[in-house]
Amino acid sequence: MTDGLARPQTVVAFGGNSDIARALILRLVANGTRHVALAVRDPQRAPALPGAGARVDVLAFDADAADTHSAVVAEAAKRLGDLDLAVVAFGLLGDQERAERDPAAAAALARTNVVGGISLLVALARHMRAQGHGAIVVLSSVAAERPRRSNFAYGATKAGLDAFAQGLGDALAPEGVHVLVVRPGFVRTKMTAGLEPAPLATDADAVARVIEGGLRRRAATVWAPPALRWVFVAVRHLPRPLFRRLGL
Amino acid sequence: MPAVASQTRLLSGWGRTTRSRAAVVHPRAADEVSAALAAAGPRGVLARGLGRAYGDAAQNAGGRVLVMTGLQGVRTFDAGSGEVTVEAGTSLEALARVTMSRGWFPAVVPGTRFVTVGGAIAADIHGKNHHRDGGFGRHVRALTLLAPGGECHRLLPGSDAFAATVGGMGLTGVIVDATLQLVRLPSGLLREQVTRAEQLGELLERMAADDDDHRYSVAWVDAAAGGLGRGLLLRGDHAAAGEAATLRPARLRAPRRAPGRLLGQPTVRIFNALWLRRSRPGTHVRLTPLAAFFWPLDGVRGWNRLYGERGLIQYQCVVPDGAEPVLRRILATGRRTGIVSPLVVLKRLGDGEGPLAFAMRGWTLALDFRAAAPGLDRLLDGFDDWVADAGGRVYLAKDARLRPAALRAMYPRLDEWRATRERLDPLGAMRSDLQRRLELA
Repeated sequence: MTDGLARPQTVVAFGGNSDIARALILRLVANGTRHVALAVRDPQRAPALPGAGARVDVLAFDADAADTHSAVVAEAAKRLGDLDLAVVAFGLLGDQERAERDPAAAAALARTNVVGGISLLVALARHMRAQGHGAIVVLSSVAAERPRRSNFAYGATKAGLDAFAQGLGDALAPEGVHVLVVRPGFVRTKMTAGLEPAPLATDADAVARVIEGGLRRRAATVWAPPALRWVFVAVRHLPRPLFRRLGL
Repeated sequence: MPAVASQTRLLSGWGRTTRSRAAVVHPRAADEVSAALAAAGPRGVLARGLGRAYGDAAQNAGGRVLVMTGLQGVRTFDAGSGEVTVEAGTSLEALARVTMSRGWFPAVVPGTRFVTVGGAIAADIHGKNHHRDGGFGRHVRALTLLAPGGECHRLLPGSDAFAATVGGMGLTGVIVDATLQLVRLPSGLLREQVTRAEQLGELLERMAADDDDHRYSVAWVDAAAGGLGRGLLLRGDHAAAGEAATLRPARLRAPRRAPGRLLGQPTVRIFNALWLRRSRPGTHVRLTPLAAFFWPLDGVRGWNRLYGERGLIQYQCVVPDGAEPVLRRILATGRRTGIVSPLVVLKRLGDGEGPLAFAMRGWTLALDFRAAAPGLDRLLDGFDDWVADAGGRVYLAKDARLRPAALRAMYPRLDEWRATRERLDPLGAMRSDLQRRLELA
């Protein structure tokens, strides 16, 4: 059960190898979370959570196998009891170049990020509705705010997931379930290794701190770093000709 | 059995920091309670009164919650002996209305009159007279408990089941009625002795010395002030005769939404300073209407909303005699970290009864915090350690954030309580969010 200061006792992370999810879990465990489940594609290769003072279970999870998502959520609940907090952290960055030209690559990206994400959200929502409480953190991206030339394939999938998660948050609020959509900017992680950091780049722990704050405030959306919110308000309203010329 | 309709609702405690959804049922009689118990699903069932528990004690996420206020009224009242049998959903306000004009008053009343008799028993509430008269449970002569399996128990003081139900946080079954012993009320006024103290040490000394000479005693400590523990000591005794007992209606209503900042540090300091200034130095005696003495906060309806959208956390602990340095440390640390609660209440308690009793001979301190205050979680976890090390406890009816390990350290008779509860509810159908969070049962 999550307490009055928004500290969950149990956490399940889908995409349990995500650097952001792990940073968040370490913070939550330091603050009292006692049982964690990491749902990952290959349980044999899930690295341990160093220094975590909590019980950690590892579950097999295939984002692309939407028909298995309800069963994975049920399995997580079997291990953890009540699911106080679920983190939806899986996703592919993809290759913009390929996704623009190869229909199969574009479809694969959408299948994992949008179809898989939405399917899992619905499975979680059904479970938490019955449970009468819970919180879901959805890792979106600033790329969801306006599709940009340099990464619109990824951005479009995050936009789809982001929109669904926001609507779901509105639907679940009267059910006692909190959905928090997280829009990080450039985060220095495994996923972005080798890429040129964008302005206002941040790291996984800073994003985790922002998420913790959002959970406490019961916010619907948080940006990491928070200043990006205002940057993207501007970006979103840039006139198309100017936007194109900028080649963002 | 009658069918009972349920309605899905989001419930939270008085502090508004926890919320969860439950199927809410409004039974109007004991047979409807039985029907609702029989229909409990996998996430169990719980009784709720007027929702004055601060945390998650009266919530049951995904399960059923029986709002008991429909079981209302005084069944029998003997104005000769002061013994009264009431339905569990009756508020102390309603009970007092009936009995006061005949010269009787509930033996124990908390800081608000808007609590039900069932809730008062389940939380074994205490009042300003605990040092002399014990908790609410000590004045219960008998109670009827419906167990989730359908059995109807008439419980008397002295039995394990009675002891586990008083202070049992509603987890042994549903209390449907109770027989209470009231106390004589000579008038509607209290002879109130007000003493201003400039130091915490002075307050503690006075309270230890002559609290027992007064039926009611409580101190309000100004934690924001320069000198630690400047405060007012309020002592009360029923005044002999005079005007008839009357209850005053609530005078002010708090705004529906208030920015949490309203209770930020400067506001708190000004408020406390003004409030203290109202009292003259030294000691003076005045006659105070009963409602103003017992229920100062009822004068402002919905005052809990003053703490903003994120709500309020009340930290109430008790430490045994000899652990006075812990009180000082809590007050000083709270002030140093800049998280100051406007109202700090300090009181002496007498011995507790029952395996899950909060009370013990010593000192209880209650501090209010804005839940949004940064670092509050660590601060209060630290308080828990000091309180547990001193052999003290945190009050479950106020709690929204204690941890299971701290609970085990503070309540050494937990297993004894669990054993009795298991006998009354072998299937574990009585559930609450508090029970889940603290792994109570």
